[in-house]
Amino acid sequence: MSVIKLEHGSGGSLSRHLVENIIYPWFKTNRYTALTDGTEIPIDGTPVFTTDTYVVDPPFFPGGDIGMLAVFGTCNDLAVCGAKPLYLSLGFILEEGLLISDLERVLASIKAAVEKAGVAVVTGDTKVVPKGKGGGIYINSSGIGVRLPDTALSPKRIVEGDKLVVSSPLGEHGIAVLAAREKLTVAKTLSSDCRSLFPACRSLLRFGGAVRFLRDATRGGLAAILNEAVTGLDLGLRVEEEQIPVKEKVRTVSDILGLNPLEVANEGVLVAVIDGSRAEEMTARLRTVEGCEDASVVGDVIAEPAGKVVLTTAVGGSRILDFPRGLLLPRIC
Amino acid sequence: MNDTRSSVREKAAALSVLIDQYAKELSRPATLMEVCGTHTVNLRKSGIHTMLPSSISLISGPGCPVCVTPSSYIDNALTMIEEYGAVVATFGDMIKVPGTGGRSLSQYMGTEQVKILYSPAELIALAETNERPVVFLGIGFETTIPAIASVFLKASQRGIENLFLYPAFKTVAPALKALLADTERGFDGLLLPGHVSVIIGLEPYRFLEADGGAAGVIMGFEPLDMLEGITVMIKLLLSGENKIRNCYTRAVREEGNRKAREIMDTLLEPADALWRGLGIIPGSGLTLKPEYSRFDAVERFSLPPLSSYEPPGCLCARVIQGKAVPPDCSLFGSFCTPDQPVGPCMVSSEGTCAAYFRYGAAPRTDDKGGKQ
Repeated sequence: MSVIKLEHGSGGSLSRHLVENIIYPWFKTNRYTALTDGTEIPIDGTPVFTTDTYVVDPPFFPGGDIGMLAVFGTCNDLAVCGAKPLYLSLGFILEEGLLISDLERVLASIKAAVEKAGVAVVTGDTKVVPKGKGGGIYINSSGIGVRLPDTALSPKRIVEGDKLVVSSPLGEHGIAVLAAREKLTVAKTLSSDCRSLFPACRSLLRFGGAVRFLRDATRGGLAAILNEAVTGLDLGLRVEEEQIPVKEKVRTVSDILGLNPLEVANEGVLVAVIDGSRAEEMTARLRTVEGCEDASVVGDVIAEPAGKVVLTTAVGGSRILDFPRGLLLPRIC
Repeated sequence: MNDTRSSVREKAAALSVLIDQYAKELSRPATLMEVCGTHTVNLRKSGIHTMLPSSISLISGPGCPVCVTPSSYIDNALTMIEEYGAVVATFGDMIKVPGTGGRSLSQYMGTEQVKILYSPAELIALAETNERPVVFLGIGFETTIPAIASVFLKASQRGIENLFLYPAFKTVAPALKALLADTERGFDGLLLPGHVSVIIGLEPYRFLEADGGAAGVIMGFEPLDMLEGITVMIKLLLSGENKIRNCYTRAVREEGNRKAREIMDTLLEPADALWRGLGIIPGSGLTLKPEYSRFDAVERFSLPPLSSYEPPGCLCARVIQGKAVPPDCSLFGSFCTPDQPVGPCMVSSEGTCAAYFRYGAAPRTDDKGGKQ
């Protein structure tokens, strides 16, 4: 069985073999034919640049893998900045002993995601760390996109009466990964929602300035990003618990494990603050995008209490929706 | 799906109207103690505390297993790891509880020395694949004890020799007796734990119906269950009778779950137990029967008996007894948060302080939060 050896990172012949014969063929295009130290990229418009690093454990999980995450995650960071993703870099940190077949599985997944997202991988790097010093495979990916015209996204543009929209059901990615890591049979029917959010962002951004603010609800889930959005603002958010889309099976598994779907990471959920007067038509448009069929208006921007997220519960009570705290741990009873 | 949603809201509104009406008829303030930690969390998570009239208060009781476990128990768990090389297996919440010296098991997270379990059934495989002694931290109430007991009975049949139990189990009824006997009693009625009652049934609560007792309502954990339980409780207070009512009939039978109790009784027997905040309560714990004493971590590792210790300034001991609410504590929310907990009520996801910190700060609106 072929595995990654320390020599694959030495800069010698095995390194060259790894890059030229195992990795590069997946991303070779007519435009980028030579392996040089850098790449020229044409940009027409305002470039937007981002980077993210992926260390998910385990690297393969139901519905996705670290490669797919590295592409969609970085593209989604650009998309929620109002940019069309164009170019990606990939930096691999491979652990000695990783099966080359597993690396190829990741590369195939990256290739499929890159095609789906309509971006090009234009530069990359590979390092090998000794056994025990890494989690099999880590990936850093930076992305460059170009800002769509007439977008001006900022929490500062949020005003009272704006509406909060969630594009897709919450919680499935985080619980699917946790279940794969901890081998929880109770959650084996769940799979990651990992996908490109650019189509969803573009459908909303056609409404120009009516879109105030976009985020993808990744680590910390909806609870974290809503709190980040209102921190420091002179406004608050009111969220209707019963309007928040959560799949029944996710709700059931979360209950069993003592997790809150509002606090669990997603990789395919867009959260938007939009002009309240146009919320209905914008949400209807969003629902025509693949993966966003359950898009819902889940709340609105309120004057008081400033800087807080208030949740109206299913029975009509209210409470603060706080930042998630601590690690995801199973419940005790 | 929308029909179900709106009917939940309508039923909740109807119960809310009843609660208002009975509370008005009662014409005096009433404090309801939710005994169970899961109720503490769910009542606040569902915002029910903001739906009640101002004359009705909720206060938490001694029903969070982590919170009533003395901090010296953590010291002994660390001793088993550090002096005997044991693998300590536990449910997640115990990991962050500080011992008397401030150290917790979290320093061993991610090592082979501490294993977080999702189910006690994992213990058998853990012991069989380990050469070191594996110790399970046996905390909890009647809800979880039968499942744990059945695993140890199975281990006994399989002749597993490196699996041990460090019992700090608690039973609910003796604690309620202790609360009743306290002259400083801070509650008018008891909201009784649904899950525990599934196992023990109604009989162990009957002493509450005697003179000097208190009204008790067994309630479930869904928001509507809890609103219904509170409605029935205020009605009971209105009647002035110390009665036990079972409002969780879809899960709790009069006689409880005999089979589960038999499993518990095969392995364990009652013993005096030290409760954090409440001191020693006679017959309120469960320890291994002599014929199963070979599982006993206390004997195997010569562990010292538990002692009471509270971190300076921490009010957890009073919170557990319903004599203080978290905002009474000078550490609450500043020096003690879920990220940097001082006392167990802030560590545990079932803890009162954690529930107040996370959900309790919602503004109590004049229109009682969304009831339009």
